[in-house]
Amino acid sequence: MRSFSYSRPTDVAGAIAAELKQPETKYLGGGTNLVDLMKMGVERPAHLVDVTRLPLAQVEERGGGLRIGALVRNSNVAANPVVRKRYPVLADAILSGASPQIRNMATTGGNLLQRTRCPYFYDPSYAECNKRAPGSGCAALLGYSRMHAILGASEHCVATYPGDMAVALTALDARIILQSPQGERAVPIEQFYRLPGDTPHIENDMRPGELITAVELPAEWADRRSHYLKVRDRNSYAFALVSVAAVLDVGPDHRIGRARVALGSVAPKPWRGAEAEDSLRGQVAEAQTFRRAAELLVRGARPRHDNAFKVELAKRAVVRALTAASEAV
Amino acid sequence: MQARDKDLTRREFVGATVGAAGLGASVADAAPPKAAPESVACSLVVNGQRHDLHLEPRVTLLDLLRERLQITGPKKGCDHGQCGACTVLVDGARVLSCLTLAITQDGSQITTIEGLAAGDQLHPMQAAFLEHDAFQCGFCTPGQICSAVAMLREPRPDPQAPLVADEIRERMSGNICRCGAYPNIVAAIEDVAKAHHESEASLR
Repeated sequence: MRSFSYSRPTDVAGAIAAELKQPETKYLGGGTNLVDLMKMGVERPAHLVDVTRLPLAQVEERGGGLRIGALVRNSNVAANPVVRKRYPVLADAILSGASPQIRNMATTGGNLLQRTRCPYFYDPSYAECNKRAPGSGCAALLGYSRMHAILGASEHCVATYPGDMAVALTALDARIILQSPQGERAVPIEQFYRLPGDTPHIENDMRPGELITAVELPAEWADRRSHYLKVRDRNSYAFALVSVAAVLDVGPDHRIGRARVALGSVAPKPWRGAEAEDSLRGQVAEAQTFRRAAELLVRGARPRHDNAFKVELAKRAVVRALTAASEAV
Repeated sequence: MQARDKDLTRREFVGATVGAAGLGASVADAAPPKAAPESVACSLVVNGQRHDLHLEPRVTLLDLLRERLQITGPKKGCDHGQCGACTVLVDGARVLSCLTLAITQDGSQITTIEGLAAGDQLHPMQAAFLEHDAFQCGFCTPGQICSAVAMLREPRPDPQAPLVADEIRERMSGNICRCGAYPNIVAAIEDVAKAHHESEASLR
């Protein structure tokens, strides 16, 4: 691991100032991904700003919704009674990810910023990776692509966003709260993550020095029927092949009100489709309706050599998740 | 175990040999060598004993424990957060010491497998692992036991429900056993959980 210097500010302004003070600086949260990437030599910061002592570890009810501080640990979000009662899809998504030890360490803000697990990104002995070394090419294009994207990718990068939490947050229309010397701004999670295009090393909308201080869940998507489905190679402690967060209303006439569906591990970001969601509205909650939405959601999918199975898998997972959500209490 | 006052254990022998070769000499509680880049002061309590240290920022908690404090219960399995062999408790919560930078734990209370027993009195989880023969090679065992001890203190959706094997397996999924001793590991934890549950119930 490259040697680095370290600071541990106790207020947000101090952390941002420390980040801006010198180049090659990274914020350190739980470290579950960053420290590993530093061991691999993928991340090589010259300075780490440890943000874990900042006063951002509260969960507060606000405006009918919920504000989750960026430093609330994943296990604490999942165990929070308000999250469990009003946004169970978020608790379920978090509990399906990683292991209890990692969830005890990982922070809300850090989880949002976890990097892809594309093996060609993760191993610097592969020279070609546009995400790690812009302009170097993409080893995954001709490599083993079973875990890679079928939607939203480009000829420059086919990596997926690997996490679970952000998939649920996307279905819940969460907003990411960012702090900088210029003040605070809120970015809808859909706009927070970027597609790779020809700049796959730019993964999100954050500006230099900006720090994630909180995630806000809107009141609008609280207390809905929901389900999180994760399909993976083993029953626990594995990244998803496909995951689905489904949130919807079903009236007494079995007709769907508003609905949100987000797919994980199939694209460079949690994947939503307005057409698919609109197609559910006013329809009877049944398999046919869900299958139509699933077709729309993965329309334009472009599988690679080893992951054609993901297209059908994603469709079936969407149907299963929507079915479970529509039957949830 | 037999008294072995005059005999070196294997671990002590290896430690002494390596130390004599100048590779891993213990420098705990001493000022850092000049070559160390930007050492940071760090105080932490490990198994009840306070250590005031100067550490290079890149030292992981696992390496600090094993290489510098000679606390070798936590094991370096994968060193990438995938196996759980390095699991320790930080302020009571189970974490992976291989992905934890030691300096970030300034002020923390660390408990390793060495700190679970009260003198010669084994922790109930240690006793249950012995009783159920919940290991073969033993490499993952310190992590398994620390993880299981913390698991029983963690919140559950339904605290009244008995802790059954499926839930134990899911919540212990971060600890891999290459020997495949899982059935006995689960049985050991189930036993302790049951006793725990019954004593809680008797207090209600």
